[in-house]
Formats: sequence, C-alpha cells, structure tokens
Amino acid sequence: MSRKQFGGPALLLDRSDINTDEIIPAKYLTEVTKEALQPYMLEDLKLEGFDPASAAVREARVVVSRENFGCGSSREHAPWVFEVNGVHTIIAESYARIFRQNMFNGGMLAIELPKSDIDRIFDLQQQGQVEIRVDVDAQELVACAGDKELRFNFDITPFDKALVEAGGWVEFADARY
Amino acid sequence: MGQTIAEKIFAAHLRDEPFPGTRVLDLDRVLCHEITTPVAIADLQWRGKDRVFDPDKIKAVIDHVTPAKDSKTAIQAKMLRDWARRHELKDFFDVGRNGVCHAIFPEKGFIRPGFTVIMGDSHTCTHGAFGAFAAGVGTTDLEVGILKGVCAFREPKTIRINLNGELPEGVYAKDVILFVIGQLGVNGATDRVIEFHGPVIEAMSMESRMTLCNMAIEAGGTCGICPPDAVTVDYLWPFIAEEFTDREAALADYSRWLPDADAEYDKVLDFDLSTLQPHVTFDYKPDCVKPVKEMAGTRVDQIYIGSCTNGRIEDLRVAAGILKGRRIADSVRGIVSPATPQIFRQAMDEGIMDVFMDAGFCVTNPTCGACLGMSNGVLAEGEVCASTTNRNFNGRMGKGGMVHLMSPATAAATAVTGVITDARALLKETAA
Repeated sequence: MSRKQFGGPALLLDRSDINTDEIIPAKYLTEVTKEALQPYMLEDLKLEGFDPASAAVREARVVVSRENFGCGSSREHAPWVFEVNGVHTIIAESYARIFRQNMFNGGMLAIELPKSDIDRIFDLQQQGQVEIRVDVDAQELVACAGDKELRFNFDITPFDKALVEAGGWVEFADARY
Repeated sequence: MGQTIAEKIFAAHLRDEPFPGTRVLDLDRVLCHEITTPVAIADLQWRGKDRVFDPDKIKAVIDHVTPAKDSKTAIQAKMLRDWARRHELKDFFDVGRNGVCHAIFPEKGFIRPGFTVIMGDSHTCTHGAFGAFAAGVGTTDLEVGILKGVCAFREPKTIRINLNGELPEGVYAKDVILFVIGQLGVNGATDRVIEFHGPVIEAMSMESRMTLCNMAIEAGGTCGICPPDAVTVDYLWPFIAEEFTDREAALADYSRWLPDADAEYDKVLDFDLSTLQPHVTFDYKPDCVKPVKEMAGTRVDQIYIGSCTNGRIEDLRVAAGILKGRRIADSVRGIVSPATPQIFRQAMDEGIMDVFMDAGFCVTNPTCGACLGMSNGVLAEGEVCASTTNRNFNGRMGKGGMVHLMSPATAAATAVTGVITDARALLKETAA
C-alpha cells in the first residue's frame, strides 16, 4: 500500500458527536468488502439541511467537523466508507479513540485542531467552497476559499505519522513484529 | 511512583515502544465475531498470511446475526466458521452454542485479572469487570492481533470513580452507569481508563460489574476496570480451581493487579449513590440521562430486554420479578433475548421463561439482534423502544427509531404499563 493523497474539496459538518451509526448504518455491515460500502456514506447523519446524495458529499475529499467525531461502534467500516469515497482526511476538534486509531491504522489522517481554528474554517465558507491542502511532513494544512487562505499547524504523534508513511498498521506491524 | 491497574497491566505486557508514548502490548485474548472479523480474514488471505498467532488465545463466536438472516450474513458466518476450523481454534461458538460475545466469553472463564484483551467490538470494555485491560478495536487492529498477538495503545490516563454509599432498593448497575455517563459526558473519558472503586462496586456481582464496565465506551473510555476481589475469584473458581490451592491463594495472586495506594490519577470523582434514582436516556446520546420519574408516561412501542449490557441471568430475574402475574400492555410488544444458551437454560429451569411468555413476551435465541438494528426487532420509522441495551444513537435500532436506555427493572415496568414507568411502584405492589 502506498501513501494516500490528502486534501481537496471539504465537506463541513457543523455538529459534535457524529457517530459511527450515522456514518455507516449497521444494516450495511453485512458487506465483506470495503468497496460495497461506497453508496452509503453518512446516510443517517442527523444534521439540518444535510443531503447525503448531494454533489458536495460526492466531491468531498476532506471532512471538517467538531468534537468527538466517530464516537460509538468500533466498526472500521466508518473510516472505510470515507476511504472508498476518496475522503482520506478528517479534521475535527477531537475524536473517539477507536475511530481515530482506525483512520491511522488505514494510513489515513485524523487531524485534531483547536475549536478556534475549526471556527475559522467554518467561517471561510462565506467565501465559497472550502478547499484543504495538507502537508503531512511539515504538519501544516492550508484551507482556502475564494481569495482567502488560512494556514494551520497540526500535531501528529510519531507513531501515527509512521502509520501514514507505512500505509497502515498491518504494513508497519508486519515489518516489525 | 505508584501505578494504576492499567499501568501495571501495560508494564507486564510491554512488547515494544516504537515511539515515545506508544505501547505495543502482548495480548492474552483476541476475541472475534462475524461482523468485523471476515474482512480481516480476507485481507490476511490476500496478503498470503492466513495464519493465527495462537489458536488457544483467539476465541470466536457468531453472535450479531444468528442464525443467518440472508445470503450475506450466511457468508459472513461461513467465513468465520471456515477460518476457525482451518486454524483449529480451541473455542468457536456456532449456532446452537453461541451467545452474545461479551456474555459468553466471560461465562466460559476466558477472562482473568491482569489480562490484555482486544476485540473488534466497542463494548469489549465489558471484560474490565475482571480487572483486565480490555479494549474495543477496529478490524485492522484485530487483524494484527490475530497475526502477531500484539496491539498498540497510547499509555492511558486513568479516571478513578469512587462509588460510595449503598444502592437503594430498585436501583441497579445500569442506573449507576447511566448516571456516571451523564456526569462525564459522551467524551469525558476519551483516551482514559475508568477505574471503579468503593462500597457500591464491592457489593456488586460480576454480572453487575460487567453491566457497568460495558458502557465505559459510552463516555469515550478505553476500558472500565473493577479491581479483582473475592467476588471475582468466586466467579472464576470453577475455571481456576486447578491453578491455586484455595481461593485465598487466588485472591493473593490477583491482588498484584490492584492499584498502588499512591497511584496517580488523571481525575478522582466521588459519588454517593445512597439516594440514586433509576435513570433513563432521552434524545440520541447516551449522556442525555434523567431520573425515570422525569420521563414517566412517555409512550413506547417495543420493549427489548437483552444484549451484552443486560441479557444476563440476574437481569432476567429482576425483570421476571416485576412481570410475574402481570401482562404487558396491549399497546406494546416485548422481546427478550437471553444472552447465552446457559443463561437461557437457567432461566427456563427457574421458571423465568414461563413468566416472560405468560406476560406476552417474544423470546428469541441469544443474539445481538435488535441492539444495533441488524436483526430480531428493528424499529420502524417513528417507533420508540424501551431498551436494556447500551446505545441510543439516531437510527441505531432502525432508521427513524428512538431508543430509551434503562435497566431491566424499568424496562419490565414499562412493558406492563406501556409508558416509561418507575419500577419501584410495581415492586411495592408485588411486595404488598
């Protein structure tokens, strides 16, 4: 597995505690391939005005959200449904532990930013479609919309960074243990 | 500096520290079910690494949808079954012998104090009731666990919760944990282990401790842990009798997992539970909790008694105590799922199943079923369920459904009246 591409058009979900049942309902957990999950991303999300079938959802490569993203079930189907839809980056104020680890275990990014930074990304929407560029090595991300551009530094643990480099935990563990 | 229970377990299982702050632990148990494991199996096959690190330490069960409801769930079960046979897993529980994972694995004596346990299921924290470090993980962690017998964790901080006083009559472990989650919030224990202490825990059965630890994840906790004590030893005795000369020796051995007196905690919370009331959830998050009396009269359509939280024998006994001689309201339907075949049989022997059936309940085989809306009791849009399960997220039991989490006692009382009801009124009537 090679390193994934991070960044692109962002889908902004202004709610805390978005849970795994909303990201991928349990009725689809009968699938045994990641690809089969593709049509069902965020199908049960409870958020006013949100349409899981919209172009904004289809075109998203990054999701920006609030606190405790991915709480609930351990189902890795939640990161997978993002992955098979080309969303390799989540940016949120905080995460549920298992979801965050599942993202890095799959070589993807679960970036944590303080509330004030997330607020600024949400404000950026007024300029138009928000695009995110991520530089993992520099631990820096750029959010832009219209002619406005914001830069943020983010923390990532050395282990999580190594998982992103390796392409995931199976690759890392297989080489080491 | 003293250590918490989790710190002691981490130190005893440390295989590697690839980076500061990352602990790779040796695993004593890797538990598997048919929903999150097949993808791991398929990936291992694809990689040409269809192996297991230790067929005795890996335990597997088909429990989420069982017997299979359609071709897809039949394939999932078959993948797990074939894999378990191929690798000669010592313990694999198939249809007829299968029960809800977090009920059947402890029941078989697979969990011990000081163990490290992972499973591709968020409620794996249940097993912390035995003084083990038990964490829910995703399929990739599970896959590495199966192949290498290791899992990586950040060194967890520990929140110590002292549960003081004595639980009033008609108040149960479920009420305690709903109250605690209400206090902590849904992310109040993220990246934390919750250590439960105090007289309330000491007085609790292992079943009640499992109910308590089961829902640590609903506050974001990695694991809920109860210190091992004589109750733990008594529960495990049939499985450990050959390892120790007597129960005192077992207790002395397990006491090495108790926290040091000078252990450092992230936070210490004290609650006096002497006046705790029965609790129930409202809305779509497990930290939205209220005393039952504030929700009394709320109409429900279905009552579900079962799951890894509250499908154990003591849960069925409590519910049956309220249902005995009563019928469920005409406006509701009741479903009861004993969590394992052993519990089912015991409930039959004690006449509990008669009580449920006389009251008008549908009895199902042991399964996770309705809890996560996969089978056996999914709600229709707009329907409301009074449930002894652990999660009330939007859509959890079926799109558009609403779940109110509560104890088996509250669920049974609610079944009788058709609206959310404080069981203590009915308990009084029964006594009189």
